Amino acid sequence: MRRLIVIAHLTLHEALRRRVLLAALIGGAAFLALYAIGFHFIVRDLAHQTRITLLERRVALNGITLAGLFAVNLLTVMSAVLLPLDTLSGEIASGSIQTLAAKPMRRAEIVLGKWLAHVAVVLGYLAVMAGGVLLVARFTADFVPPAIADGLPLMAIEAVLLVSISIAGGTRLSTVTNGMAAFGLYGIAFVGNWVEQIGTFVNNAAARNVGTVASLIMPAEALWQRAAWFMQPAIMRDLHATPFSPVSVASPAMVWWAAGYAIVAVLLAVRGFQRRQL
Amino acid sequence: MNGLAVETHGLRKRFGATLAVADLSLSVRRGEVFGFLGPNGAGKTTSLKMLLGLVSPSAGRVSVLGARLGDREARARVGFLPEHFRFQDWLTGRELLRFHGRLFGIPAAELERRADRLLTRVDLADAAHRKLREYSKGMVQRIGLAQALINDPDLVFLDEPTSGLDPLGRRLVRDVIKELKARGTAVFLNSHLLGEVEATCDRVVFIQRGRTIREMALGTDAAVIEVELRLGPHDGATLAALARIAVAAPAPAADGRTVRLTVAGEDALSAIAPLLVERGVTLYEMRAGRPSLEALFLEIMGEGQRPG
Ligand SMILES: Nc1ncnc2c1ncn2[C@@H]1O[C@H](COP(=O)(O)OP(=O)(O)O)[C@@H](O)[C@H]1O
Ligand SMILES: [Mg+2]
Repeated sequence: MRRLIVIAHLTLHEALRRRVLLAALIGGAAFLALYAIGFHFIVRDLAHQTRITLLERRVALNGITLAGLFAVNLLTVMSAVLLPLDTLSGEIASGSIQTLAAKPMRRAEIVLGKWLAHVAVVLGYLAVMAGGVLLVARFTADFVPPAIADGLPLMAIEAVLLVSISIAGGTRLSTVTNGMAAFGLYGIAFVGNWVEQIGTFVNNAAARNVGTVASLIMPAEALWQRAAWFMQPAIMRDLHATPFSPVSVASPAMVWWAAGYAIVAVLLAVRGFQRRQL
Repeated sequence: MNGLAVETHGLRKRFGATLAVADLSLSVRRGEVFGFLGPNGAGKTTSLKMLLGLVSPSAGRVSVLGARLGDREARARVGFLPEHFRFQDWLTGRELLRFHGRLFGIPAAELERRADRLLTRVDLADAAHRKLREYSKGMVQRIGLAQALINDPDLVFLDEPTSGLDPLGRRLVRDVIKELKARGTAVFLNSHLLGEVEATCDRVVFIQRGRTIREMALGTDAAVIEVELRLGPHDGATLAALARIAVAAPAPAADGRTVRLTVAGEDALSAIAPLLVERGVTLYEMRAGRPSLEALFLEIMGEGQRPG
């Protein structure tokens, strides 16, 4: 356990000083700045509109906040896949893993240490970015979306899931192949989910099933949809007022599926690395 | 606990169609400096990785420090410098040693003491605070050596430790190996730089295409000695007398004064001069030397061998 922490510490140290994280942070800061400015002008505009009802104002603010969180979700997905992408495959390719694997520790400790560090980094990133969006809404318009305590944890599960998949892939695949595979999976989930939304809207059972299967293959996007579904009032969901008001929302079973998926990915990562010839 | 640092029986490793190690049986005693020699691609690195548990054997038995493969207590007493030492190059030399020491569970104060001692020993005390990225190839190799010794191991695996080093660096490695031997640490040295091996090893094994083809001790008493004599006028009887103490018959050179012969050890060597004095033959010069490992290597591997 102590050695796991040493590995996690080193990995964290490494992740924090890498350019890719710096790029994610700069990109995130730029996004938050733009978002704050945009939000500010929209709120000013809403204040001038005399005929707008209180409800309409709320729907508009909630929609913009969700749009911000949607962008945060995408940035987090990117970070969750890219940051841990070469943590194992890169060290295997360079051979620097050899001195680690020869130490008196289990290979599982190396994998779990690296996993832990990347989960911490990506969740930290999510917290900063989602917190930024919520603070902008809070201070610009005095608006707080409902049920963030239900929604944000789902986004966190999504991030952990993708980190786990990225690390599991790194035990078997080269860095580039791993990246293609992870984004490929996410692409299936993303497209599948929109097929599901449209299929539900036009009442096409086949399209709905495509979406469900896609979500089972890769539950990430379904988690975001469910998170968005939580963070808006019932009336918005019923009216499908914004693109972030899903017509068809994942059931709690899908959340369990995703959690189980993440655990299996971590176990596969450990097993893959244990069997790997270094 | 048996007296062997490393023992293998019928060790084999196949990578797909490549048979990297065919059938390796060897033993390394505790405290011994053991040279593992062979041309490139002979399977030295693969064998060593199997001993360290980095690569799983396709067949065969292994024990390291008396424990089965992968035993963590045994690994705590093993040091390892890989062939191409690479590490997170954004760490400083000292941070690297700290990190490795922590993985061995060495307490902080003790770790600092050892890091100081090793940094000085590998002549990197000045560079301890610099990032590995700024290190030269030789400096990386030396910090890698320090890393391999941070746990005061009983057994150290060094895979081509001098490949990136200049003559000074090589001498440093040679001296470190001698110090390890003096402390009773067994050293398993992979190399194709025969001069290094010759200067440090107690025993060597030659391997080729994953098989042991020759094992020999390099101690002072064991090896044959080649002698070259420059003599005054002498007769056939003198040559015949020399032939009796030689293992290979004396070969008189065309100049009629130089004679070359090979003797089995130092006792035979010491008998040459009295023999000549007794027969009244003037001895102008006597040179004795062991055949270089390089000559042996070429002979054992076969002259027809193409560079690997
Ligand atoms: N991971 C691997 N996959 C496939 N072949 C390998 C692998 N590692 C080594 N080999 C092959 O095994 C043989 C022995 O290599 P190696 O042990 O590195 O030799 P040496 O260290 O003596 O130069 C070579 O033919 C090499 O190409
Ligand atoms: Mg090698």
